[in-house]
Amino acid sequence: MSITVSFTLNGEPVSAEVDNHTLLVEMIRDQLGRTGTHIGCDTSQCGACVIHVDGRSVKSCTMLAVQAEGAEVGTIEGVALNGKLHPMQEAFREYHGLQCGFCTPGMIMSALDLVQQNPDPSEQEIRQWLVGNLCRCTGYQNIVRAVRAGAQAMRS
Amino acid sequence: MTENGIGAAVRRKEDYRFITGQGQYTDDINRPNQLYAHIIRSPLPHARIRGIELKAALDMPGVVAVLTGKDMVDDGIGGLPCGWGVNNKDGSPMTEPGHPPLAADTVRYVGDQVAVVLADKRSIARDAAELVDIDYEELPAAASLSAASAEAAPAVWEEAPDNVCFDWEIGDAAATDEAFASAAHVSSIDIVNSRLIPNAIEPRVAIGEYDSGRDEYTLYTTSQNPHVIRMLMGAFVLSIPEHKLRIIAPDVGGGFGSKICHYAEEAIVTWASKRVNRPVKWTADRSESFMSDAHGRDHISHAELALSKDGDFLGLRVRTKANLGAYLSTFGPAVPTYLYATLLAGTYKTPAIYCEVKGMFTHSVPVDSYRGAGRPEACYLLERLVDRAARETGIDPLEIRRRNFIPRDGFPYQTPVLLEYDSGDYHACLDKCLELADYKGFEKRRAESAERGKLRGVGLSTYIEACGIAPSNVAGALGARAGLYESGTIRVNPTGSVTVLTGSHSHGQGHETTFAQLVTEALGVDFDNIDVVHGDTGKIPFGMGTYGSRSLAVGGMALMAALEKIKTKSRKIAAHLLEASEDDVEFVDGQLRVAGTDRTVSFGDVALAAYVPHNYPLDVLEPGLDETAFYDPKNFTFPAGCHICEVEIDPDTGVVEIDRFTAADDFGRIINPMIVEGQVHGGLTQGIGQALYEQCVYDDSGQLLTGSYMDYCMPKADNLPNFEVTTNTTLCTHNVLGVKGCGEAGTIGSTPAVINAVVDALSELGVSDVPIPATPERVWDAIRTAAHNRAVSA
Repeated sequence: MSITVSFTLNGEPVSAEVDNHTLLVEMIRDQLGRTGTHIGCDTSQCGACVIHVDGRSVKSCTMLAVQAEGAEVGTIEGVALNGKLHPMQEAFREYHGLQCGFCTPGMIMSALDLVQQNPDPSEQEIRQWLVGNLCRCTGYQNIVRAVRAGAQAMRS
Repeated sequence: MTENGIGAAVRRKEDYRFITGQGQYTDDINRPNQLYAHIIRSPLPHARIRGIELKAALDMPGVVAVLTGKDMVDDGIGGLPCGWGVNNKDGSPMTEPGHPPLAADTVRYVGDQVAVVLADKRSIARDAAELVDIDYEELPAAASLSAASAEAAPAVWEEAPDNVCFDWEIGDAAATDEAFASAAHVSSIDIVNSRLIPNAIEPRVAIGEYDSGRDEYTLYTTSQNPHVIRMLMGAFVLSIPEHKLRIIAPDVGGGFGSKICHYAEEAIVTWASKRVNRPVKWTADRSESFMSDAHGRDHISHAELALSKDGDFLGLRVRTKANLGAYLSTFGPAVPTYLYATLLAGTYKTPAIYCEVKGMFTHSVPVDSYRGAGRPEACYLLERLVDRAARETGIDPLEIRRRNFIPRDGFPYQTPVLLEYDSGDYHACLDKCLELADYKGFEKRRAESAERGKLRGVGLSTYIEACGIAPSNVAGALGARAGLYESGTIRVNPTGSVTVLTGSHSHGQGHETTFAQLVTEALGVDFDNIDVVHGDTGKIPFGMGTYGSRSLAVGGMALMAALEKIKTKSRKIAAHLLEASEDDVEFVDGQLRVAGTDRTVSFGDVALAAYVPHNYPLDVLEPGLDETAFYDPKNFTFPAGCHICEVEIDPDTGVVEIDRFTAADDFGRIINPMIVEGQVHGGLTQGIGQALYEQCVYDDSGQLLTGSYMDYCMPKADNLPNFEVTTNTTLCTHNVLGVKGCGEAGTIGSTPAVINAVVDALSELGVSDVPIPATPERVWDAIRTAAHNRAVSA
């Protein structure tokens, strides 16, 4: 069954025809063409698909597209404003918090939600927050450093 | 050093697109009018296909075709080739069965490809696959080494009734026996090197596209080595000549060896795209990755070390069975032989070594390279055995290592197992690691842990690895069926910017930055005016790809050779422009200068003169400034180092926590220390993953139990420490930069360091070994078993 879903994506109104079983991540990638959000698993563990829905981080492989009707949806493409990198993005580059880059959009979206809730997270709090985001390249150490630095830059 | 040149921690060029969501991974690519492929995989580990009923699937709206192994046979499609042949002890070749991309009559592991559904939507392809009725005659299966080696085990292949693919040896058996005969002490150990699943976070994807007007094919694929895929798939599987086949491996989300192999799906989508004359896209879901990406490790070994009364190593004898899976993967046979047993000397001057390896077929996913590929297996075995020997002889684990290290002045060092190490300083790495780890403070920390009821242990390992694989003539003599050189092109554009073409492939290693650093250092061209292109056979003349920590040591050296050609030609052009002798012209800070004068011309002006040759020595020099070099290494490179791990164990729960982890590595000259440190962190994490968390498990019937992230434990942010890492450099002696490679080192040394620490923590309870992964259950069990044994003997 085909259904029209409309929501706000990175501040712009968007709309698409989806099947009732279409996942939000599929709609964002395949129909809206925003491929910065990735799919790394099918069991909601890897976190490559983390986006923001109404201000909170969610795994977009775990939501149906129809559930996003009317929501404010934010993806990695909307984080830099007018070509200027967000401090969290800057921190990931500065601290070498990425290698292959595949998990990175999910990591950044997840980190942004953490800092929104906890502006000065400790290393342990960051590590615990990120258990839902798998990275195979970095060993997490530089991601943790990047999130701390990004949080600090966001406070100042 | 220039600002962004060799040795600078330059921030990475590639990061901008990744942190803004603009990376282009294969699944981000969609081709007009494309179909979606769903691969139907065997649910059984071993079965004969009696029949396949397609009608219901074909009748489903949106389904375009369902293709089977029989269609492939009818089209004359070949098998997936194995890239490395290994001989038996008697010189006869290994048993090498076929590997059809779609199984036509028999399936041999859970996940084996049987048919492909092509449909307008992914969901339709998936639903239609449910309607394909396959009549299987189930046969007995043996997925594990022990099951496949058992008496009357079911044979994976008729041509190998005992499931032995090869029975191979290396070293001098007689000399090793003599060493054991004269030994004062022999230590032995049984080692199970657990099976792992690589798990790059990007699942594999392949898109095939056929252009009927030009009779050309394009394959977009998640590969570490697109040119190798072109060669293997074009020549052996689909019979497409190179000039009609283009392979594009764009941004690739991690490889770790699993994306070296030529996979069935690549051939299936390319073949199918011509059959239906539409692009065909296949994207693995994670469950498919678990059952179709080549797995890693999976050895069972028995090893013995002969020692003198003073603790000198006299001889090493090793017997290994290696699981190859159901089919021979691209480099499957090389991993447990030439990439494993040749490393058994480690950092030690053991004079006699002998190793036999039986490569075994089993009803499991093909086994191939996984980060380190053979070298972690060698290091784990050796460093566990050395630690055991230290305990049994009462010699301090540091002392026994120092006593047996190849000495500083012992290089070049010819091992008894083929390799000749060119350089190293194992004492210095050990000393540096001990200091950084505050090894002296361990006993105090152990006492503090004890006060809290915790058991603290310290473990160390030293490792050697052979990287930068390696001289083509040597590799060829050992069974490699391809050359192992690399190509590189330096294309200076008319305005002086530089495009670098490399046959290496970056999937996280940061080549776009590191290789640009080589160029800015050599030519003085501004870092921002250099771009590195990789991953497209349509743009890059040739390449052998990225694996075995070879990109800098081999690919980088090809670029260095091309840069040298550019410099030579630039000097000729500058000599003409400056009316000087070529011998007098030197490169200084991006200028070409007549030595000892202030007469200069900029490199940009030289480039312009090369492409706008109005004032140019056309009678003696061709225009243009674009040079390609092929580089074939003279030897492997030999990174080495020392890892020290401290764990704290809760005896009530068996939970192991890594409290400190220190690494001191010798990678030769370092181009970008930030990137190198990142490579070490990631490598250590994968080695720690094997030590404590990860394991692929098949049940007795041959079903894969660890088929998702729910069942396969990946290391996560909250179960790792902060690593302390440092380097101690000795230069490689046979390449111009003295570089060695750093991609796999962390994985190689860390697993034994962790387990040596766990055993150290538990040794006072009488525990002498803990299997990997040392899960809480296993550690708890080891503690309880040791307590029981003590009680019985008391």
